[in-house]
Amino acid sequence: MAMHALHKILASRSGKSEVAPGEIVNAVIDVAGINDIYLMVAHSFKDMGGKRVANPDSVSIFMDHNAPTPTTKGADNQKSFRTFATQYGIKNVFEINEGICHLVLVEAGMIKPGSIVIITDSHTTTQGAFGLFGTGVGSTDMAVILMEGTLWLRAPEVINVKLEGELKEGVMAKDVALFLLARLGTDFANYKAIEFSGSIVSALGVEERMVLCNMAVEMGAKTTYIHPDKKTIDYLRQYTDEPMDFPSTDADFIYNKVYEFNLSDLKPMVALPSSVDNVKPVEEALGVHIDQVFIGSCTGGKFADIEAAAKYLHGKKVAKGTRLVVTMASKLTLKKAVEKGYFQSLLEAGAAITVPGCGACFGGHSGLLGAGEKCATTSNRNFPGRMGSDSSELFLVSPITAAATAVAGKITHPDYV
Amino acid sequence: MSIKISGNAVVLKMNDVSTDQIWPGQYVNISDPKEMAEHVLEGADKTLKTRFKTVGQILVSGSSFGCGSSREQAVISLIEAGVKAVIVNSAGRIWYRNAINLSLPVLICPRAVDKIAEGSAISVDMETGVVTLTGGQILQGEPVGEFVLNILKSGGIKPLMLKKHAEDR
Repeated sequence: MAMHALHKILASRSGKSEVAPGEIVNAVIDVAGINDIYLMVAHSFKDMGGKRVANPDSVSIFMDHNAPTPTTKGADNQKSFRTFATQYGIKNVFEINEGICHLVLVEAGMIKPGSIVIITDSHTTTQGAFGLFGTGVGSTDMAVILMEGTLWLRAPEVINVKLEGELKEGVMAKDVALFLLARLGTDFANYKAIEFSGSIVSALGVEERMVLCNMAVEMGAKTTYIHPDKKTIDYLRQYTDEPMDFPSTDADFIYNKVYEFNLSDLKPMVALPSSVDNVKPVEEALGVHIDQVFIGSCTGGKFADIEAAAKYLHGKKVAKGTRLVVTMASKLTLKKAVEKGYFQSLLEAGAAITVPGCGACFGGHSGLLGAGEKCATTSNRNFPGRMGSDSSELFLVSPITAAATAVAGKITHPDYV
Repeated sequence: MSIKISGNAVVLKMNDVSTDQIWPGQYVNISDPKEMAEHVLEGADKTLKTRFKTVGQILVSGSSFGCGSSREQAVISLIEAGVKAVIVNSAGRIWYRNAINLSLPVLICPRAVDKIAEGSAISVDMETGVVTLTGGQILQGEPVGEFVLNILKSGGIKPLMLKKHAEDR
């Protein structure tokens, strides 16, 4: 039977030689991650009579959403997690200085192609950029993993999204993701996997590929896949020397669907309030006044994003009447931004630079919006109330568009300045 | 044993009701179920939590219900508010899985939201996927597979695990 690499991964982790789409397997989870806002994992663990964690070395806890904690309730939750970790022998506790789980795992050298990564965060689809099976689950599923080291997973059908041509300068992976949402909608990949392939994917850097896989969850995807190449391996080799052994998709594997787009003419895109598929070219939204620009999150706060924004902002100033919040995705992103002088460029442009982590993206803290305010953001969701007041409005853009918008005080892109 | 739920419909005629609307981000640090009914669906329609008390306990909504975050409060808050079943055009994957794990029956039944009136008496059969409306009209939804049905019949994944790990204690 012709198999996709994702199905081979599921087969190898469930003691099977073959796995077909639709089949339910009980798979060993290589990396399991818990975020600090989901103390319900510990509640469910106790509700189910949990006495020991099956494989504590595979489990990580991330103090990333409340980094550092803005409320006493958040502090109590983090405190409970630290106690839980000690009690059950979980050594990988990534503290409030480390950043967002999806980057932290990579930087800790824990990500390898061909593995299964499950985190209590929906954007775990991001990990597909490394040729592995990554998906998000709720607290009770995570508690099952703690108790058993395994989880039932339905092998998904796989959709191949081929991105051909060559992106114009100033057009980023975020624009591609928004274009796909506009064309294919928010549930075209529901319960399915999306593989991204084609000349554009090959040409993109690894952190840009992560944006496609990250935003795939907004297309309904359960997981994603990009076949590892030299760029992938070189990127991971910065953080680990472990052997990389991963499967390939059989040449005669039949995809559930194949979409092909030539994106050589793609223009910068924006998702208008308040759904991720309400997408227009930036040129059709020029001039909308913006109160706050947010550059951050697992989607748009990685080093490649900070670099793109900082290069534009260097020597410029954020417009009066507009504020810029920058929340880098991880400690190493921050370290590199300091070394390269990007931190200085952002600071001098007028950015408020916060502690790395999830911050305002999920409506937690460090840059929430007041009633009726408009925010251009490099993050992933513009649902009503996502980043603060119910009546605030979010515009999803690329880091380059965000930077140009901060300087203009209204939605724009360097092409239109 | 089949799983049949009867009750009155509360209709939320919207698509893409996200977990941010079911359980806004400002409340993510709340982990005690007892506190959760209070803010249910606050980001979509603030009257719903009252309607679950006065009108009915079967929630009917549109496409991609529960899209977005993995926060389990987006299921627990519905259960705590009294919701007994949810009928939607389509559901966000993680939210759907969380609902099944916590034994909240979710039936995927495209266009039901256009045919079910607020307050009307309906019943849902999870095994056959059939929704019966007032007056006997029938809507055919997608029956859940045996695997999911077994979890629902067991009262969710927690009783299943308790039973399985009973010998650990």
